[in-house]
Amino acid sequence: MLNVIKIAGRNLARYHRRTLLTSILIVIGMVGVLLFIAVTGSFKTMMIGQFTDSVLGHLEVHRKGYVASIDNLPLNLNMGAGAAARVREALDGTSEVATWSPRLKLGAMFSNFTETTSIRLNGIDPAKEAATLPLLAGRIVEGATGGPLVDRGQILIPQLLARGMKVKVGDTVVLVATNRDGSVNGKTFVVKGVLESITGPGGRDGYVHYDDARELLRLPEAEVSEFAVRLKNPDQLARVNGLLKERLGSNRGPQGAPLLEVHTWADLSPFANLARMIDLMTVFIKVVLVAIVLISVMNVMVMAVYERIREIGTIAAIGTPPRRILALFLAEGLLLGVAGTIVGTLLSLAAIYALNLMHLTFSFGQQQDLLLAPVIGSGDVAAIAAVVIVVSVLASLQPAWKASRMDPIVALRHV
Amino acid sequence: MSLVEATGLAKSYRVGSVEVPAIKGVDFAIEAGSFVSFVGPSGSGKSTLLNMIGCLDHPSSGTLKVLGTDIASLDRRGAARFRGEHIGFVFQDFNLIPVLTAYENIEYPLIMVQGWAPDKRRQRVLQLLDAVGMADQAGKRPDQLSGGQKQRIAVARALATNAQLVLADEPTANLDHETAYRIIDLMKKMRDGFGTSFVFSTHDPKIMAEAEVTFVLEDGRIREQAGEVAHA
Repeated sequence: MLNVIKIAGRNLARYHRRTLLTSILIVIGMVGVLLFIAVTGSFKTMMIGQFTDSVLGHLEVHRKGYVASIDNLPLNLNMGAGAAARVREALDGTSEVATWSPRLKLGAMFSNFTETTSIRLNGIDPAKEAATLPLLAGRIVEGATGGPLVDRGQILIPQLLARGMKVKVGDTVVLVATNRDGSVNGKTFVVKGVLESITGPGGRDGYVHYDDARELLRLPEAEVSEFAVRLKNPDQLARVNGLLKERLGSNRGPQGAPLLEVHTWADLSPFANLARMIDLMTVFIKVVLVAIVLISVMNVMVMAVYERIREIGTIAAIGTPPRRILALFLAEGLLLGVAGTIVGTLLSLAAIYALNLMHLTFSFGQQQDLLLAPVIGSGDVAAIAAVVIVVSVLASLQPAWKASRMDPIVALRHV
Repeated sequence: MSLVEATGLAKSYRVGSVEVPAIKGVDFAIEAGSFVSFVGPSGSGKSTLLNMIGCLDHPSSGTLKVLGTDIASLDRRGAARFRGEHIGFVFQDFNLIPVLTAYENIEYPLIMVQGWAPDKRRQRVLQLLDAVGMADQAGKRPDQLSGGQKQRIAVARALATNAQLVLADEPTANLDHETAYRIIDLMKKMRDGFGTSFVFSTHDPKIMAEAEVTFVLEDGRIREQAGEVAHA
């Protein structure tokens, strides 16, 4: 086989311009695909990380119907203390869950004593919220970032609200909330920090201590609107989602309907559609690569067979078995694919390295100066390389088959 | 048993709806170790006969046995295997593989056809390079060799696999007279040295005279046989 590859290599070198051109096409295709995967993959991973690590968590557990009405933050669809305890038990009993954080969500009127506007709030356990959303503290653009996210009597407000209401860190503000019975309750808070707003659900919410939220809503028991859940390994999202749905499915209401529901970040964020679009584009780009390799390799191999008909006749006449002739031409396609893959991979890695050195930034929604840090996994490189090599061999198959089936007499007479 | 034995051998080709006879029922025998030529004008059927003897083509009727094998019984793969094991070819245009050196061209059938071990291969190639007087040109590619040198390498390649029969279709047609004689002389020496039978076609009367047995073909028939059939 080594000798077949050696001869194949020399045949490619014989038509060096054509070989070079085909290899360049394969290299361009490889570089295009790997760069696209690296850049969009980095963008996707970063954006998903922003959502899961600073707003949503990987999973959320709600009372049935809460998500459908989440724009209204319905107090009557909170989990009672009993249901919340059962969720805690299920989460603690799931080894794949790293941490979880209970939230009491509410809508309130926000006043700076001069103007009033509305605000969406999360009542949180600061320690659990910080553990579940490790990037949340990083969104604090004004105010102290050390210590707990919020203490009793403090509030984190979104940047847009701070600007609009001209509120600074340390200012006192008033929150007024309508309670479940229709009565109204108010409480003063000191602004502890200003949060960078991010696109998507929950990206412009404020944060107060859970006990303050409960006090503001005058809730007699420790109700929970949602549990944000962080997984040890985000790749297990689908499996843990199914597992929790199964474990929490036994909690049913009086009519036997499920009482609780579990959603992944993708169910809750519109960015999931953008991520799916990126995946679709990646597939499309891969198809283009396959087409480039297929057409260019097939073209060069068809030409190679056509130009070497007499040579094929000679090697067939002296007794070369048809399978060896087939192998000879397949080896040429294989070498083209391998050479293009090696050079394409090296150039792609160099380009990705260069992009990382350039520290390119971009904006997404309200977020500015997001650092583009393209990375490519060895699995992606291996998969693309395998596709290119396999397609190169497949593209050579028809010309190689034709060569191996050639009648030696006809081939020897070819002019 | 003769090396090649033809009885009532005929071959015709279909050109459109017309059947064109190329060989019209010939009988002949070629003995092992002989030096044979088929001569005749263009279109007399020399190449067709050589193609059939070389298992590159099948007879339309009659029988043709090469080394006792009825070549009509061989399928495409079987014919390729048979050629690889028993028959060597020398072509008018030399037909060396341009990307390989002289050494590698001789080595080619040993690798691709018979799969010899490297040491044995090297020994055989060096022996043949020496035998055809090309040991000092081993590293050159065909485009660096003269016509005569190319044909010497082609003869060595034909002999590489210990073929019992070498078929040469107009091996001297593209060579000047002096070189042509040298090639015929070389082929004779190889026959003497390796015991291989050589069958070649030519339309050159002077070259024809070098053969020990000559079959004169005319219009698809053997008009005349000259010389003694040597028995091995």
